[in-house]
Amino acid sequence: MEDVKLMKGNEAMAEAAIRAGADAYFGYPITPQSEVIEYLMMEKPENRTGMQVLQAESEVAAINMVYGAAACGKRVMTSSSSPGISLKLEGISYMAGSELPCLIANVMRGGPGLGTIQPGQADYFQAVKGGGHGDYRLIVLAPSTVQEMADFVDLGFELAFKYRNPVMILSDGAIGQMMEKVFLPDQKERLTDKEVINKYGSWATTGKPESRERNIITSLNLKSEVQENHNFHLQKKYKSIEENEIRYEAIQCDDAEYIMVAFGTSARICQKVIQLGRDKGLKLGLLRPITLWPFPKQIINKLADTSKGFLSVEMNAGQMIEDVQLAVNGKAPVSHYGRMGGMIPSPSDVLVAVEKELKKIG
Amino acid sequence: MTEAVITPEEIIKRGKIVFKKTKNMLDKTLSYCPGCGHGVAHRLVMEVIEEMGITEDTIGVAPVGCSVLAYEFMNIDMQQAAHGRAPAVATGIKRVLPEKYVFTYQGDGDLAAIGTAETIHACNRGENIVIIFINNGIYGMTGGQMAPTTLQGMKSSTSPYGRVVETMGYPLKITEMVAMLPGVAYATRQAVHEAKYVRKAKRAIRKAFENQKDKKGTSIVEIVSNCNSGWKMTPVDSNKWLEENMLAYFPLGDIKK
Ligand SMILES: Cc1ncc(C[n+]2csc(CCOP(=O)(O)OP(=O)(O)O)c2C)c(N)n1
Ligand code: SF4
Ligand SMILES: [Mg+2]
Repeated sequence: MEDVKLMKGNEAMAEAAIRAGADAYFGYPITPQSEVIEYLMMEKPENRTGMQVLQAESEVAAINMVYGAAACGKRVMTSSSSPGISLKLEGISYMAGSELPCLIANVMRGGPGLGTIQPGQADYFQAVKGGGHGDYRLIVLAPSTVQEMADFVDLGFELAFKYRNPVMILSDGAIGQMMEKVFLPDQKERLTDKEVINKYGSWATTGKPESRERNIITSLNLKSEVQENHNFHLQKKYKSIEENEIRYEAIQCDDAEYIMVAFGTSARICQKVIQLGRDKGLKLGLLRPITLWPFPKQIINKLADTSKGFLSVEMNAGQMIEDVQLAVNGKAPVSHYGRMGGMIPSPSDVLVAVEKELKKIG
Repeated sequence: MTEAVITPEEIIKRGKIVFKKTKNMLDKTLSYCPGCGHGVAHRLVMEVIEEMGITEDTIGVAPVGCSVLAYEFMNIDMQQAAHGRAPAVATGIKRVLPEKYVFTYQGDGDLAAIGTAETIHACNRGENIVIIFINNGIYGMTGGQMAPTTLQGMKSSTSPYGRVVETMGYPLKITEMVAMLPGVAYATRQAVHEAKYVRKAKRAIRKAFENQKDKKGTSIVEIVSNCNSGWKMTPVDSNKWLEENMLAYFPLGDIKK
């Protein structure tokens, strides 16, 4: 039987975590994502699956609880919004360095600083370029519907364990708060310690039996040569992620003369812009990256052969545009249209921006 | 005169064994300065774990500090935590593996400065873990800077004229602070610079792990220790200084039992 519900994006993500067989969630309240922990506390997943939920004293503590539990081979999740993610970055860097799988959701709001509680996309650089210290990458998934908020939880866990790497769901306050119909996935069983070993290998710290060497989870290598080799290993892994895990949606790009690139809430707006444009005879398309890292470079480069130009539409001052430019590699003009501070661009404003760019191109 | 050559095996065979290295300590040279208390503290924790028969069920958390490499010497599953975050990491472990034994091993900078929030809140939740707290009154690892526990007037590389409490604050008695919390089952202060203290410290560590077995809540064992390198003293002088100065401000004994 299909399980369809009307839910907020944040709630859908929380419910999906229980159903993905998550072992634990650790978080700290912050608008606009507090519904995640509120939903979990209300739902008592301990009774449903044995999943543990704990409100930490800070985002710093929460991400370190994630570290400890993830290092035991468990499916562990945390969520926050922009200022809280900044606090988690130390822990995220440690987890990337120690190669620990985990799922982190950032339901973004406008910044910098305390900024606003309204939606934003200004943490793009922070999510895809590092954010924390050291050479590391997160797999970054960008949902644009409540359905994807739910679907990307299990996908995120699967990718996190496949590559032993933290995965981030980069969403925003609009998708976190809006209600939509969502098809909920079936309940997955939580894995036992033995099943984790069979599926993902024996690296977790669950207590050392006589039969194996001790397992150590650390990001420390005092010898430079050893650390550099570890860096080479990480870079190799990131390369394989780039080769295998790029996801995107190309909407009406086949005949498009001009293409918008947008993710999350901005991508929803751009879908309306396509319609408005096509009504006026403008052949517009939308390339929606689903993975922001790895970024869908090849397809954008290919589309640059047929498109007159690109408009990167973002709720920030122009961040993803840098990756679009790198992908286009000079083949066509690339511009940016954005709003900041919690303002959401209207489809008509974006259309005006598109028309302006098209006029420039001629 | 011919000298009889006796092999170590033969000595063992002939003699009565009065001391044996726990198999939970690996055969590796410790990275600590000769004379440092960290090594003894490591051994006591590992002995207790072996004697309780919980080696296979124990997960340790190493801090950032001189004992960051504790996992190099302890032959059990271990995690290395970010500076000060060990109690949060231990919380994460204990919540998903409630039947396992979890302990943190932390210095004073780690536990009582950068990690104060994590320490207090883990204790306040009464996390069923053991916290081993090595208070040497200084940041040993980074070259002898002032710690939250540095004594009034005590010199360090960042209090070169001695700690001035008016501007640098008072040495922090964090074990007394957390002892107030209902989640804390056991808080004690011990030392390891002399045999008589070592025996007591081991009993305290044993009690802390027994508490975890009985699900009593948080147990914190503070060990007042030396840092001969950071204090710029010989090991012997550092132990004397510890006895006369550290123990005067940080008196030994149970704070809450
Ligand atoms: C976030 C962060 N800040 C600072 C440091 C540098 N640091 C490493 S160890 C240390 C102090 C450790 O002192 P303590 O906890 O007393 O341990 P000890 O070496 O004395 O045993 C500091 C400040 C760090 N590694 N990480
Ligand atoms: S610096 Fe101090 S605490 Fe560190 S190993 Fe040396 S004596 Fe011990
Ligand atoms: Mg110290």
